[in-house]
Amino acid sequence: MKLKFLAAPAAALLLAGSVAGCSGASAKSKTVEASAQNGHLTIGISFDRPGLGIKSPDGTFKGFDVDVARYVASKLGVQESSITWKEATPAQRESLIQNGQVDYVVNTYSINDARKEKVAFAGPYFLAGQSLLVRADNTDITGPESLNGGKKLCSVTGSTPAQNIKKNYSKDAQLQEYDTPSACVEALKSGAVDAMTTDDIQLAGYAAANPGKVKLVGKTFSKENYGIGLKKDDTSGRAKINDAIQSMIDDGSWAKAFQSNIGPSGYALPAKPVIDRY
Amino acid sequence: MDILNEYGDQLFAAFLTTLQLTMLSALGSLLLGTMLTAMRVSPVWALRTLATGYVNIVRNTPLTLVVLFASFGLAQQLGITLADPKSPTSITDSSFRLAVLAFSLYTATFVSEALRAGVNTVPLGQSEAARSLGLGFLQGLRYIVLPQAFRAVIAPLGSILIALTKNTTVASVIGVAEAALLMKEMIENTSALIVVGLIFGAGFMCLTIPTGAAFGHLSKKFEVKR
Repeated sequence: MKLKFLAAPAAALLLAGSVAGCSGASAKSKTVEASAQNGHLTIGISFDRPGLGIKSPDGTFKGFDVDVARYVASKLGVQESSITWKEATPAQRESLIQNGQVDYVVNTYSINDARKEKVAFAGPYFLAGQSLLVRADNTDITGPESLNGGKKLCSVTGSTPAQNIKKNYSKDAQLQEYDTPSACVEALKSGAVDAMTTDDIQLAGYAAANPGKVKLVGKTFSKENYGIGLKKDDTSGRAKINDAIQSMIDDGSWAKAFQSNIGPSGYALPAKPVIDRY
Repeated sequence: MDILNEYGDQLFAAFLTTLQLTMLSALGSLLLGTMLTAMRVSPVWALRTLATGYVNIVRNTPLTLVVLFASFGLAQQLGITLADPKSPTSITDSSFRLAVLAFSLYTATFVSEALRAGVNTVPLGQSEAARSLGLGFLQGLRYIVLPQAFRAVIAPLGSILIALTKNTTVASVIGVAEAALLMKEMIENTSALIVVGLIFGAGFMCLTIPTGAAFGHLSKKFEVKR
């Protein structure tokens, strides 16, 4: 009878294991090029980040990430009408790619070593850095150091910027974490927090969406290289996407995409990224 | 195994917060739930209506909304933060207390419904006998009806406690540093979705399976034999 207690967790573990097994089996599916030759691409983006990837009420998608994704798709020979956009939240990105549910992900995806073990990165297509967003009338916060003295800072739950602040800057600052960045923007506007932090381009997107209410301050205090994530073993797909990014930078579409999506925030065009063909 | 070594201390701290959230909310919801039940079986029409309305509205509202309302509605818009805004840890304290408040308000409705079912198991003759002894409504409830009602619903209360334990993961949406928040952080850092998921699944089973066993045992032990 005692064994009954053990049976339930054991069954649950077996179930979870078999789910993992299934996802592993389907991982050996198509490459980006194979999908493109079939004339159809599924691309992971975010649906709720103004300036980067946002779903409009009419069902169209706008933003810098979306423009990059579109440009790359067109270089692979796929028309916009043949793209399926799929929401890829930060926690899901690796599994969506590994399971073959998306062909590639363009969603403020910082290239780092832990992720390189799971997926491959083309790019970087953008060089971002962590920064601060404050209310437009605020004058006493100028950078991460001026957060000391019990200032209230908001960031996304469990995200890299939140961890960086906790580790390196928040000795005296208080950290409020919310599930979504838009919650932080609301808290900032209502005065519940004094500043919010994440990568500068994302903050600039919010500044562009809330003109006159919030502004970016200070220099960036980290380096994030945004890459396009795809299957780890898809070497030729990565090379193709790298070529597409290079041509986007060279023919001026890159700067144009930046200006039309992020420009209204007053955030200056940053340096062009150098593609890392590792 | 590297993950367990690296995050061992943090895992312990996060599950401790989960446990604290659960315990405090369990206490709060038991008190409020008992009060709601008393109101619902009371002879006063206004109290009955009020309690019924509260239970039906809150029970049918998604928990995430209740928790978000505590943070956005109470703390940000109305300025009810439950912590000294000048204190150096006001955000952490405030988020934790608001979460306990939200969980208590929400879970109390389920406790109340379970307990009301328990009251229904007590034969009508019991309260008639109480009245004939000269006990008032509250005295009859306290000494005769509720003790029997509680003994009848120990097992369902255990289920509610288990549900509450798992529901505390919602607190991460307002930044309470409990298990689900650490889980998000670990997934962000390690990209090991399945391993991390299994660790937290196992962690929650360590909390909930003993709870279920204990309540099952207690319900047998305190059963009212009729």
